[in-house]
Amino acid sequence: MTIEIKTSTIQPIRNTFAHIERRFGDKPASRYQEASYDLAPTTNFHYRPLWDPELRLNDPGRTAISMEDWYAFRDPRQYYYGSYVQARAKLQEITESNYAFFTRRDLAGRLPEGVREKVVRCLLPLRHLEMGANMNNVFGSAYGIGTVLTQAFLYNGMDRLGVAQYLSRIGLILDGNSGDTLKAAKTTWMEDPLWQDLRRYVEDVLAQKDWFEVFVAQDVVLDTLVYDIFYGQFDESMTEAGAGDLAMLIEFMQEWHKETSRWVDSVIKTAVAESDANREQIAAWVGDWKQQALAALGPLAEEAVGPDAINASAEVLNKRLTKAGL
Amino acid sequence: MAARKLNLKERYSLLTRDLDWEYSYRDKKEIFPYEEFEGIKITDWSKWEDPFRLTMDAYWKYQAEKEKKLYAIFDAFAQNNGQQNVTDARYINAIKVFLTGVSPLEYQAYSGYAHVGRQFSGVGARTACQMQSIDELRHVQTQVHAMSHYNKFFDGFQDFPHMHDRVWYLSVPKSFFDDARSAGPFEFMVAISFSFEYVLTNLLFVPFMSGAAYNGDMATVTFGFSAQSDEARHMTLGLEVIKFLLEQHPDNVPIVQRWIDKWFWRGTRLLAIVAMMMDYMLPNRVMSWKEAWEVYFEEAGGALFKDLARYGIEMPKYAATAIAEKEHISHQVWSIFYNYTHAAAFHTWMPDEKEMDWLSEKYPNSFDKHYRKRFEHWREMERAGERFYNPTLPMLCNTCQIPMGFTEMDDPTLTAYRQSVHKGERYNFCSDGCKDIFDHEPEKYVQSWLPVHQIYQGNCGGADIEKVLSEYYRINMGKDNMDFHGSPDEARWNEWHNLQSAEERLKKAG
Repeated sequence: MTIEIKTSTIQPIRNTFAHIERRFGDKPASRYQEASYDLAPTTNFHYRPLWDPELRLNDPGRTAISMEDWYAFRDPRQYYYGSYVQARAKLQEITESNYAFFTRRDLAGRLPEGVREKVVRCLLPLRHLEMGANMNNVFGSAYGIGTVLTQAFLYNGMDRLGVAQYLSRIGLILDGNSGDTLKAAKTTWMEDPLWQDLRRYVEDVLAQKDWFEVFVAQDVVLDTLVYDIFYGQFDESMTEAGAGDLAMLIEFMQEWHKETSRWVDSVIKTAVAESDANREQIAAWVGDWKQQALAALGPLAEEAVGPDAINASAEVLNKRLTKAGL
Repeated sequence: MAARKLNLKERYSLLTRDLDWEYSYRDKKEIFPYEEFEGIKITDWSKWEDPFRLTMDAYWKYQAEKEKKLYAIFDAFAQNNGQQNVTDARYINAIKVFLTGVSPLEYQAYSGYAHVGRQFSGVGARTACQMQSIDELRHVQTQVHAMSHYNKFFDGFQDFPHMHDRVWYLSVPKSFFDDARSAGPFEFMVAISFSFEYVLTNLLFVPFMSGAAYNGDMATVTFGFSAQSDEARHMTLGLEVIKFLLEQHPDNVPIVQRWIDKWFWRGTRLLAIVAMMMDYMLPNRVMSWKEAWEVYFEEAGGALFKDLARYGIEMPKYAATAIAEKEHISHQVWSIFYNYTHAAAFHTWMPDEKEMDWLSEKYPNSFDKHYRKRFEHWREMERAGERFYNPTLPMLCNTCQIPMGFTEMDDPTLTAYRQSVHKGERYNFCSDGCKDIFDHEPEKYVQSWLPVHQIYQGNCGGADIEKVLSEYYRINMGKDNMDFHGSPDEARWNEWHNLQSAEERLKKAG
């Protein structure tokens, strides 16, 4: 027998907000829908920005990409703030327990010879790259159009700050909180010839004005390659070298990238499918940035993993682009 | 190896500030192009004191805990038809004003902080702004979710973003935030982080949340409690910004002072709607607007400006006018909305006898003398079946965009009226404060999208006002607008409560 509590039902006069009803029909809406669709202002802006008087606030003219409806973009994860922080809190909890375990068992002390140096030279400088990625995604959030897209940019931007902080903590675990590894990694980022083309790439992206191009250069091209090289292939080669414990410290990055790629793929696919003009523009950007990224990462991938690494990562990127319709 | 112990400041510095680097392949100005044009001089960003030291792992963890609790209450509220438990259906109009007028500002704050959170070259300030940006996104989304249930049972919530971009009185808050976002990054911070979040937040956010607490609105007040710790972070950022700018260079002082003058005045005009809400829209009143103003601006603000005097910062210009206005502002704004309720997406009403007595008691210097008789007259008209609506379109102040209904403070029977001529065109203002703002940046304020002008110019769907309201604004005529008495909101409320009255239940059982 089931227990049935009697509650009074009152007939609602509408199921959801009018703008949600116009998009999805007269039915109860999800929290994601009510938090995401048609929230951003679209018209009757009062003053042109002093910092960019050619355009208005929330102006779609800050990218060469155009969309009939900017809410055609989707986030397959359906993240609004509440669901986003809860998903990250879960991932964070696992990461915290990994880091605690690694520290408690002093796994750093058991790393095979040379691994520590390799991590400092090949992995830790990426914390600066992540700071660039943070800024590039916040850029998309500030100048992009439509909340479905701009909120996801902000989540991604904050994620990148988080990744940079986890990378820094790896350094602090390795150097017993002296900060020496972080200092060394920063010198590498600033001066080591191996890293300079990558740093140049990051600074070049930071200087771009078209937010969709920034997204292509950072989240599509660079991240696909970097995450495959450093959190995929490098992890495997470390495991082969007997440093499999390191995987505990980069699990967050792996899981995060797997999840975020679903969103990135969906954005690129939607923009490409919208029009030939979009597809050609995006293809041109991809062409430019891919060439530079491969050149910048080639020597690094070889040092971190081996001579074939960059080609394997290029293959991953190409597959991804083909799937997106490019 | 025994790990060294890092204190919070060192740790935060390594985990955040140290992530930045000196660019050498690109000029810094290409990456941060907006930092110089306002004339603010920053000699050393490293002097920035981080107002809070939250790393992302801790942020995710704490915020997720807060969200979990908040949404559990939203669910319980909806499941138990919490909308029936507010003091009176009239109260709901206060949160209609909130969702249409204030929540979209949270959205604008999200965008504005994303902009400065990308554009400041100092990593400490940039990161703090990004955190505020995502918090503001939280606020708009949780407010939408808090009100979502009310939207299912009351009129006037349903088209809030559409209305915010178009409806005449909503151009007051919209233009306020457009003004801040279109300013340079440092002015934005003085406007929003300092003048708004630090100096005036207790007069905006807090009255709505306290109003919710006093009137049985569990959804809104729970949001308010949940947002408190975010707001505390935002206030510390506001204070840090002002101290940082003033300590960086003496040339910054006069610029900052002018911004404080401007944004204080812009802020008090925006708060006029809160004044009316506190004195007229809450069936269960928290305190009068005048009392709130005395506690939160005159006392707390007074102490703050005394503290800032060592930097050479003075009380905002026109603070004295704003202080005198505390006796009048709520009554004047309620009068304006009472006049134009047929063109608004919420209801107004005349206070009943008991409520008038409360106003007389709280405003001994002004209510009986200047307002009570007028209100009683309007009440008589309503009783005679001739509820007063003003059929004309009002003239708007070119700066704050409020209809010209404020009076001179030395003669509250005389409507205040100021003018400026710019390039042969005449512009009208409600006050010296609004005129000053225009005169300082006329090129900016000639751009104001003034709703009444726009209607006259045919930009809101033609000359038929009825059509402007129903089609351009999307007000559901006869439902969202007009007096509360006779509204569908009132009818539904009465129906719920009659059904639930003890008498009815006894009748059914018998």
